[in-house]
Amino acid sequence: MAITYRTSERLIALTAFAVGALVCLPIVSILYQAFVAPTDLWEHLVDTVLWNYLSNSASLVLGVALGVLLLGVPAAAMVALFDFPARRALSLALLLPLACPAYILAFTYTGVLDVAGPFAGWLPQAWLSQVRSLPGAVVMLSLVLYPYVYLLARASFLSQSTATMEVGRTLGLSPTASLFRLAIPMARPAIIAGLLLALMETLADYGTVEFFGVPSFTTGIMRAYYGMGDAAAAAQLATTLLAFVALLVLLERYSRRKIRYYSAADASASEQRVRLSGGWAVLAAALCAMPPLFGFFLPAGFMLYWSVTDALGQWADLLPMAINSLVLAGVAALSIVFGSTAMGYAQRVIDAPWVRAASLVAGLGYALPGTIIAIGVLIPLAAVDRTLFIWVRDLTGHNIGLLFTGTLAAIVLAYGARFTAVSLGAITSGLSRIKPSLDEAATLAGLRPFQIMRRIHVPLMRASVLTATLIVFVDVLKELPATLILRPFDFNTLAVRAYELASDERLIDAAPASLAIVLVGLIPVIYLNRSVTEEKH
Amino acid sequence: MKNLLVALSLSAASVAQAADVVNVYSARKEALILPLLEQFTDRTGVEVRLITGSADELVTRLKTEDVASPADLFVTVDAGRAVRAQQAGVLGTLPQADFLDRVPQAYIDEKRNWVALSLRARVMFYAKGKIDPSDIDTYAEVADPKNQGKLCIRSSGNIYNQSLVGAMLENEGAEATEAWAKGVVANMARQPAGGDTDQIRAVAAGVCDFAVANTYYFGRLLASDKPEDQAVVEKVGMIWPDQEGRGTHINASMAGITRYAPNRENAEKLLAFLLSDEAQRFYAEINHEFPVIQGVAASKTMQTYGDFKRDALPLEVLGVNNAAAVKTMDRAGWQ
Repeated sequence: MAITYRTSERLIALTAFAVGALVCLPIVSILYQAFVAPTDLWEHLVDTVLWNYLSNSASLVLGVALGVLLLGVPAAAMVALFDFPARRALSLALLLPLACPAYILAFTYTGVLDVAGPFAGWLPQAWLSQVRSLPGAVVMLSLVLYPYVYLLARASFLSQSTATMEVGRTLGLSPTASLFRLAIPMARPAIIAGLLLALMETLADYGTVEFFGVPSFTTGIMRAYYGMGDAAAAAQLATTLLAFVALLVLLERYSRRKIRYYSAADASASEQRVRLSGGWAVLAAALCAMPPLFGFFLPAGFMLYWSVTDALGQWADLLPMAINSLVLAGVAALSIVFGSTAMGYAQRVIDAPWVRAASLVAGLGYALPGTIIAIGVLIPLAAVDRTLFIWVRDLTGHNIGLLFTGTLAAIVLAYGARFTAVSLGAITSGLSRIKPSLDEAATLAGLRPFQIMRRIHVPLMRASVLTATLIVFVDVLKELPATLILRPFDFNTLAVRAYELASDERLIDAAPASLAIVLVGLIPVIYLNRSVTEEKH
Repeated sequence: MKNLLVALSLSAASVAQAADVVNVYSARKEALILPLLEQFTDRTGVEVRLITGSADELVTRLKTEDVASPADLFVTVDAGRAVRAQQAGVLGTLPQADFLDRVPQAYIDEKRNWVALSLRARVMFYAKGKIDPSDIDTYAEVADPKNQGKLCIRSSGNIYNQSLVGAMLENEGAEATEAWAKGVVANMARQPAGGDTDQIRAVAAGVCDFAVANTYYFGRLLASDKPEDQAVVEKVGMIWPDQEGRGTHINASMAGITRYAPNRENAEKLLAFLLSDEAQRFYAEINHEFPVIQGVAASKTMQTYGDFKRDALPLEVLGVNNAAAVKTMDRAGWQ
């Protein structure tokens, strides 16, 4: 039996190593570039724009942190712990903005609040031109990123022992006091994990800040790379960004270093919600209705309106693009979740330093702009392609084309580098909720590791794996920059189409493609909601 | 699932060597080039395969793919990026051919790496009745203190602004250009945001008295049948700047055949088609750009604004000066 144990561990380690190496490849290739070439751009940057980039990025991070916490946590607590009219509908509605990319929200609100737009006569002009600003970007990003906090916080509230609020009551605490002194502190790791995801997305965002003309650290990286043609300086800026994110990630880990949260196996809060009535019920419903109203229903309504009026002609060729988007997101989501499950298990069974390092580096990719990841994928893969190309050509005289960078392989790898963090987060948090004592008991009972996995972990992990798959699916659907750079010939996705039209200053014409992304994204989001709320215990 | 990946990969790879194709990397948006490519396929039977993206990204791709690149033709929307592709060594030499002899010399690179396909002019738009057009009919006056707080212009990240500053660096020198850029920043009615159309709309809405933008964005508004677009057009006038001086700043959409083009012959055929009278009329009518081939008329909409004097500055200068232009704008505090 001992031998089997080692074989299975080796298999897990091998898979995890391969996955880790692949997703770390782009990041390592960026780091490599940062240190090989000399650059004298820093002096110019420090003298001119660097402080502006830093202060804008810092303001974005702080603003979005505040925004997603205020939008996400109270709503999650409301729908999980209290009962009020329309609670079920609202708990789903709160997730919907997840289907809406920040850049599309930015396009839409810009179109809506244009100085020559539909509200031009109603609202003061000074307000209208304010959307395209740093605060505007904070609002857009908060509106689409709060669902990460909401989702994880709600899951945590739901999985808290039914007794949390009961215990509060027996201690003589009011429901509000129980909420603040028991429920929220217990959900802290989940809230912080969601916050971290939202902040990494914020730092990686290029579409929104670029569209709004807010110079941030990320736009600065692009400017160094393209505007000044200085790849080394761009890579060094990207490395600085990475270091900052690594610090955030380590802080998060440090903050929960000694805390382990395991839920009771029969946890279910569904029947024990505190019933609200009268003014409190209205207030709770209103609180939960605001974020989806501005993050989803209003913008989707405008997109729909434009899609059936001015932009009606833009629907014609969307179907093949929708299929491309779906296939790509599906393939990527399955590959990434498979890879991160292997890494998650490796972390659990072989607690080696390289596993921790690989999962840390892989996690950083989430904060890197898609463009940078794409370049990090392109450089090593194209080198392999060139070698193969020359080799086959010299040997046989055939042109084999580009086997990796000319196909979907490159895109899927870029998605892997970018989104493994999200998936790994869901997987590890799922795994960490399975008490080690359960494994030990099973081992004592004579079950072998793969049997433990199949008979104990698979049923317990189903929800986490599904969550990871759906989140990655939606993220890939929304992803723009890496797709734009790495896609093969004649391969368009909905995101590419929406972006092309919007960047050609045809915001209204971009509405059907934008709406299609949101609609396609809704399907997994709705499933996601069901998988979390209707989890059978 | 891995099988699916392999299948997708192989199918994508195998087309790279199909018999009668030409592969295009284009920074022109799909909507502004695909109709032409379809016409070409109808005409010649040569299948066109397209990747669109930003020029910088496509150059990066060409550079890393190097000898294995499937691309045959590279198309940009500005001169700066064509020069950057040239500097990256990814462009080959254009053939000696009749279809290129029709192009005025100013619009073909000396080393014959690229040729212009269509021209774009960066001009001034003003709020009728609010500002005297003669106060803003030179680029110098955009930065003149008399126009303080009256200007709308987009960010320094925009390539057309970078090219305008690049041209000025050549024409006026580094010091004068930096002073000019500072003057521009001082004259801004608001921090730069949005695209060229947004600047024109802002003029109509009274946010600012004048704006700098490319003509074709105005052309689209002129040709639009939406009432709100017509309302904008009615309030806004357009002037050709520097008609007494060097002439209006010109940029160009350009094309070059790649260095390792696997389907070179088809690329030449396609380029010949893109420079034919018929295709030249397409740029004019669909997007209100100016044809490079003499004798092909501008769009009817643009013809109402008459002919204009163009700055004769060689277009490659815009690319050569691009990095210096970006730094100048950074120093001037142009967001």
